[in-house]
Amino acid sequence: MRVGNLKAIAIAASVVWAAGCSTTSTTDDSGAMKDSSSTTQGSATTSGASGSGMSHGQMGDGMTKADAMKLTSVFYFDFDKAVVKPAALADLEAHAKYLISNPNASVVLEGHADERGTREYNMALGERRAKAVGRYLTVQGVSSSQIETISYGEEQPAMIGHSEASWAKNRRVELKY
Amino acid sequence: MTRLVQIPLLFLLLVVSTVSRAELTIEITQGVDRPVPVAIVPFGWEGVTALPEDVASVIGSDLYRSGLFSIMKQENMLSFPNKSSEVYFRDWRLGGIEYLVIGRVVDDPAARGYRVEYELYDVVKEQRLAGGFFAGNANNLRKAAHRISDVVYEKLTGIRGAFSTQIVYVTARKLGKKLFNYRLQLADSDGARPQLILESREPILSPSWSRDGKKLAYVSFETGRPAVYIQEIASGKRQRMTSFRGLNGAPAWSPDGKKLAVTLSKDGNPEIYIIDIATRNLKRITRHYGIDTEPSWSPDGGSIIFTSNRGGKPQIYSVELATGWIERLTFEGDYNARGGLTHDGRHLVMVHRSNGVFHIAVQDLKTGRIDVLTETYLDESPSIAPNGSMVIYATQQGNRGVLGAVSIDGRVKFKLPAKSGDVREPAWSPYLQ
Repeated sequence: MRVGNLKAIAIAASVVWAAGCSTTSTTDDSGAMKDSSSTTQGSATTSGASGSGMSHGQMGDGMTKADAMKLTSVFYFDFDKAVVKPAALADLEAHAKYLISNPNASVVLEGHADERGTREYNMALGERRAKAVGRYLTVQGVSSSQIETISYGEEQPAMIGHSEASWAKNRRVELKY
Repeated sequence: MTRLVQIPLLFLLLVVSTVSRAELTIEITQGVDRPVPVAIVPFGWEGVTALPEDVASVIGSDLYRSGLFSIMKQENMLSFPNKSSEVYFRDWRLGGIEYLVIGRVVDDPAARGYRVEYELYDVVKEQRLAGGFFAGNANNLRKAAHRISDVVYEKLTGIRGAFSTQIVYVTARKLGKKLFNYRLQLADSDGARPQLILESREPILSPSWSRDGKKLAYVSFETGRPAVYIQEIASGKRQRMTSFRGLNGAPAWSPDGKKLAVTLSKDGNPEIYIIDIATRNLKRITRHYGIDTEPSWSPDGGSIIFTSNRGGKPQIYSVELATGWIERLTFEGDYNARGGLTHDGRHLVMVHRSNGVFHIAVQDLKTGRIDVLTETYLDESPSIAPNGSMVIYATQQGNRGVLGAVSIDGRVKFKLPAKSGDVREPAWSPYLQ
């Protein structure tokens, strides 16, 4: 998972560098230039990172459902937000690997919201969260036909209570095989 | 089944306490400063067995709950007239009473039940203001009492009474880690006589009345996925209206009863659609990558009010159906949602967050002025009474969801507590025949 995390950061970083390259190609930041040129080759940063990620990838190829079930499966969100947090990316990537190497496997993404605000808005918000997670999986290469999303809005809280502690546990997407 | 029994018992207790020991009532949390004093004399009954309902108590409870009236305690009454010939106005003037309701219940073989006769008097002017009767079987004694409350309320305020209306609401209980029990319930406007409409282990939400008061639309997850259903109340007959991929939510009946506005995300994003109930033709109304949901019709059916986060935060917008013209209605506060217009179209009632707290607020659409009506906690799901006098809504009391109500001017407040479980998603019926 550490390795996956590194890879995620590497990919994210390379995207940023590439973007930086296109807009700041004439800047005096030669260090950045160098980095970006290595990404343009396509292999330097990504393959470097995924070089260490390769072994993980191979594990992914042989990942069983039991392995996948051991991964973190609940991902949390900020209030009124549907942005997947960086901390979730490594685990989501491992889930993606399992799904890619097991094309017959499918996953249900259940989106939830905390109790604040209105029920139907929260229903929509829960769907956005589930779809945000789904999108991350498809970007990793998971087929969209393997992913199903459903929102429960604020109807099925994980934790009862009116404190930020409960709310934080309820603003979530649960990944279920 | 136990809950079905528990709720009416609780409400009966409240009814009794409001009339006989008003000072102990927990129901009204705020009334007007100088409520009008009214006496409702126990109704005459010459039958052998006791009546199933105390008609005078029900009327007293209704009028008291409006917050506009104070009800004389029975033990302070100097006499108990049941007919006009028995009324001595001086007795009532001495007690400071301004209006007097008397009546009697008689057997009515034609109705296979009872006939409830009533009279309303102005004590100061010594005048009879109204009188009449309602007939029905034993199950309808409460209904007759509510009808009398409606007459009295209209005579004394000039506003049509809405006591003989009904509410629907959802109860939810968490039975286990992933085990819930949801019920869609129908009850009188005072919470009495609850009836089960639908029970499920999966969420039920967003009940909406048809304009004729005969059908409900709601969202049920009973198949494991959300779908919008329409159910005829009397027969229980129902049909599934939408079960597309993604969201199927927030049904709202059009004023002409022929269409439903709904939220669907079948095209990728939560958008408002209108579905023709007879033909099932679907018309998409909104097009935006943000969330669009919680449609509600303007009284003339020409526009739809909805919640959208297209500006970054949830705010209320209206779309004119003929032209597609979209206008933002709310600007104050960083969360305004689930808007609904009053019957005159002048005011917008909504969930409004200010200083991080969710309350029910009303916005005057002409002046833009916003008044926060409630001071309870996590208020949501406002629904306006058909006479526009009160808004019923869902709130939290301790760790439980309860229903509250507030007058549109914020002066009168009361709660409808239930014995156990969460109560939420109230929807006030239109006037019923």
